[in-house]
Amino acid sequence: MRTSNRIAAAKPAPVVEARLPAPPFRFPHRHLLGIDGLGPEEITFLLDLADGFVEQNRRADRKSSLLRGRTVINLFFESSTRTRTSFELAGKRLGADVINMQVAASSVTKGETLIDTAMTLNAMHVDVLVVRHSESGAVKLLSEKVNCAVVNAGDGSHEHPTQALLDALTIRRLKGRIQGLQVAICGDVLHSRVARSNIHLLNAMGARVRLVAPCTLLPAGIERLGVEVFHDMRKGLADSDIVMMLRLQSERMKGSFIPSVREYFHFFGLDYEKLKAAKPDALIMHPGPMNRGVEIDSDLADDVERSVVLQQVEMGVAVRMACLAALGGERGAAEAA
Amino acid sequence: MAVRAAPRAVPGRVAYINARLLDPATGLDAHGAVLTDGEIVIDVGPGLFAGGVPESIEVIDCKGACLAPGLVDMRVHLREPGEEHKESLRSAGESAVAGGVTSMVCLPDTDPVIDDVAAVEFVARRARLIGLAKVYPYAAATKGLEGRDVAEIGMLAEAGALGFTDADRAIGDARIMRQVLSYSATFDAIVIQHPEEPSLAAGGAMNEGELATRLGLAGISPAAEAILLERDMRLVELTGCRYHAAHVSTAEGVAILRAAKSRGLPVSCDTAPPYFALNELAVGDWRTFAKLSPPLRAEADRQAVVAGIADGTIDTIASDHAPQDQDSKRLPFVQAAFGGVGLETLLPITLDLHHNGHLSLLDAIGRVTWAPARLLGLPAGRLKAGAAADLILFDPDSPWVVDPDRFRSKSKNSPFDGRPVQGKVLRTVVDGRAVFVADA
Repeated sequence: MRTSNRIAAAKPAPVVEARLPAPPFRFPHRHLLGIDGLGPEEITFLLDLADGFVEQNRRADRKSSLLRGRTVINLFFESSTRTRTSFELAGKRLGADVINMQVAASSVTKGETLIDTAMTLNAMHVDVLVVRHSESGAVKLLSEKVNCAVVNAGDGSHEHPTQALLDALTIRRLKGRIQGLQVAICGDVLHSRVARSNIHLLNAMGARVRLVAPCTLLPAGIERLGVEVFHDMRKGLADSDIVMMLRLQSERMKGSFIPSVREYFHFFGLDYEKLKAAKPDALIMHPGPMNRGVEIDSDLADDVERSVVLQQVEMGVAVRMACLAALGGERGAAEAA
Repeated sequence: MAVRAAPRAVPGRVAYINARLLDPATGLDAHGAVLTDGEIVIDVGPGLFAGGVPESIEVIDCKGACLAPGLVDMRVHLREPGEEHKESLRSAGESAVAGGVTSMVCLPDTDPVIDDVAAVEFVARRARLIGLAKVYPYAAATKGLEGRDVAEIGMLAEAGALGFTDADRAIGDARIMRQVLSYSATFDAIVIQHPEEPSLAAGGAMNEGELATRLGLAGISPAAEAILLERDMRLVELTGCRYHAAHVSTAEGVAILRAAKSRGLPVSCDTAPPYFALNELAVGDWRTFAKLSPPLRAEADRQAVVAGIADGTIDTIASDHAPQDQDSKRLPFVQAAFGGVGLETLLPITLDLHHNGHLSLLDAIGRVTWAPARLLGLPAGRLKAGAAADLILFDPDSPWVVDPDRFRSKSKNSPFDGRPVQGKVLRTVVDGRAVFVADA
C-alpha cells in the first residue's frame, strides 16, 4: 500500500504532514455520506487504501477475504448500471455477500418507503448499505434509522462521494499529486452531485477549482464553495491540468436551461479546438455515461491520449473497495493498512 | 422579391462647411466644418477649412444648419419578412433616412420570427443591399416569441443580434424570465423587455381610468407596468444581466427605474415620443391611430416621463415605429391593431423637449444618437474623425405640420397626424453618400 507522502511532500508547509495519523489509521466515520466534512488525511487514507486494491484487481485472482461473512446491500432507489455494478464487484472482490435491491422510487410515497425499507433491512443484520436516491438528503435520512454503515452512492444533486474519490485516485495516479493542480469542471453544475463532491474533495486536497458553465446551469452562491466561475470555455480551460466534463441530462437539453444541443455544444461542448486552451498534457475526465456531441466531441472522447474515462471506471471499483473496507468493519481498515 | 444593389459610386472627399457642429458625446457645439473621405469622417473642427477648401474636394455649404451624427433608432418594428404590405425593408429605409435615422435596430416580431441565425443574416444582408439606413437586428429572447423556451442567444449574438427581446410581448413567466436573463448574462447580452404584466393587461385597449370608462373601453392599468418592472428589477438583481425597459410610459415605471439605477443595477430604459408628447386624451373619439402599446397614459404620467428624460433616468428615445395598414386600423377601437409609425417624427418630437426647455439641443440629440449607440455597442452616434460618415444636416427650428400622406413609410398610422412641429431634416448621409436631400 502506498503511503500518503506523495501528497504531503507536494505541500509547501509541513502542517498537514504533522497532522497525518499514525498507522494503523481507522476511518473515523460510521458512514460515508459525502466528501463535505472530510479532511485531507481521511481522503488520503481512502485513496491510499484504494491504490492497494488497484493492484489486487489487476491480479489473476482478484478476490480477497477482507469482508468475508459481511453483508453489503446495494439499495438503489434510482436506476444505475455503472455505479451499482462497480459496488457489486467491489463487495464481491472483498469476499462480502452482496445483494442488489432496485426500488422504484415512484411506486409508493417516498418518505414512508425509504424509512420502512431502512428499518426492514436493519432487522436483517446488514453490515454496509450502499444507497442511491433521487432526492438530496435521502441517504442521510436513511442513515439515521439503521445500525449499519451507509455509503452514499449518489443522492439527488447533493453528493456522490465515491465518484469524487475515484476521480481523485485517477488524477493522483496519472499526475502524481492533486495539490496545486488546476481543475476545470464544465457543464451542468446545477444538477450535478458529481460536481459538488469534486469541488469539496479538490478544495480539501489543495487543487484550484474552476467551473465553466452557462449561468443557467450554475447554482446560486456556488462561488462561496471556493471555486472560480467562468462562462467561456477557452478562458475557463486556460492552463488547466484536468478538464472534467459533466453529463447534461437529456431532459435539460431543450428548454429553459439551455436553448438547444447545438448551441450547448457550440459554446460548452469539449472539442479539440477548445481543449487547446488547456495545458498540452491536460487530462479529460467524464463521470459517464457520455452524451457524445452534446458535452464532448465523440472523437475526443475516444482519444486515449487525452481521455481517461476508462481509467476512471477501473479506479471506481478500487475506490469502492476502499470505502467498503474502511466502513465494513474494524477488520477491514486494519488489515489493509 | 429580388433586391439589386443600388449602383453606389464610392464617394470622394466631401467638405461640409459653415455648419453648427453637434457631437453630444463630447459636448461639441460650435460653428465649423466636417471633412469626409469615402465612408469615413476624417476631420471635424471649428477651425477646419478656415483658409478655404482645396478645389479637389466637393463642398456642401450647410448655411449655418446643424450637422450632427445620424439618428440611431433603437426600436423599430420591421414588417419584412412577412408583412411587406405594411412596410418593407426598403420603405422602412426610405422612411428612416427621411427622418434623419441612419441606424435602426429592428425587433424580431416578423414572420417568420427572428429567432435563428439565418433570419438575423437575412435582415442584415437585405438591408445592406438596399443601402439606406443601416439595420441591426434584435433577436427573440424566447423561441417563436412564445415565452416558453430560451432562444439560441449565444449563437444569435455571435451572428450579430444586438439584444434579445420578445418585442411587444412581455415575458410573463417569472421563471422563464429568470432563465432568459441568466442565460443572457452568460454572454453579457442585453435583454429588452416590454414592461407590461401580460395577464393584467390582457383585453385592455387604452389606459385604465376615467376616459376609458367614458369611452366604454377596457383599460390597461399603469400598475401593469409597475408590477412587471418591479419583478424584473429583482430578477436583474439575481442574475446580474443587462436589462433595458422599452417605452416606459408611467410615473411609477420611471420611479422604479430611477431607484434601480441608484442601487447600481445594470438597467437602462427608453421611451417613445408619444409618451412624452401625448396623453390619453389623444384617443379622443376612439382614434385608433392613438392606440399604442403601452397605451397613452394620463397627463401626470406624461409629465413624469418628461422629468425622467430630463434627469437622465430615461437614457434614450426610440421611435417604436410600428407600421399598420388601413385594414388594421380602420376598425372598432378594440379590434384595431396597436402601434404607430414614428421614424419620420422622431427628430421633431424629440426636439420638442428642447423647444420646451427640458433639454439642451445637444442633450436632445444625444438621446437619439450617442446614447442608444453606446448602450448597444454600435459604431455610430459620433461626430469625430474615424467615425462612419453617417450624418444629418437639420434645421432645429424650421416649422412644418405632420402629414402622414407625405411619409415615405408605406403605413400612415401616425398618432401625430396634423401636429405642428419644429425641426426639419435637410440632408441625410449614410457612409458618405447622400441618401436623402430635402426639397428646397
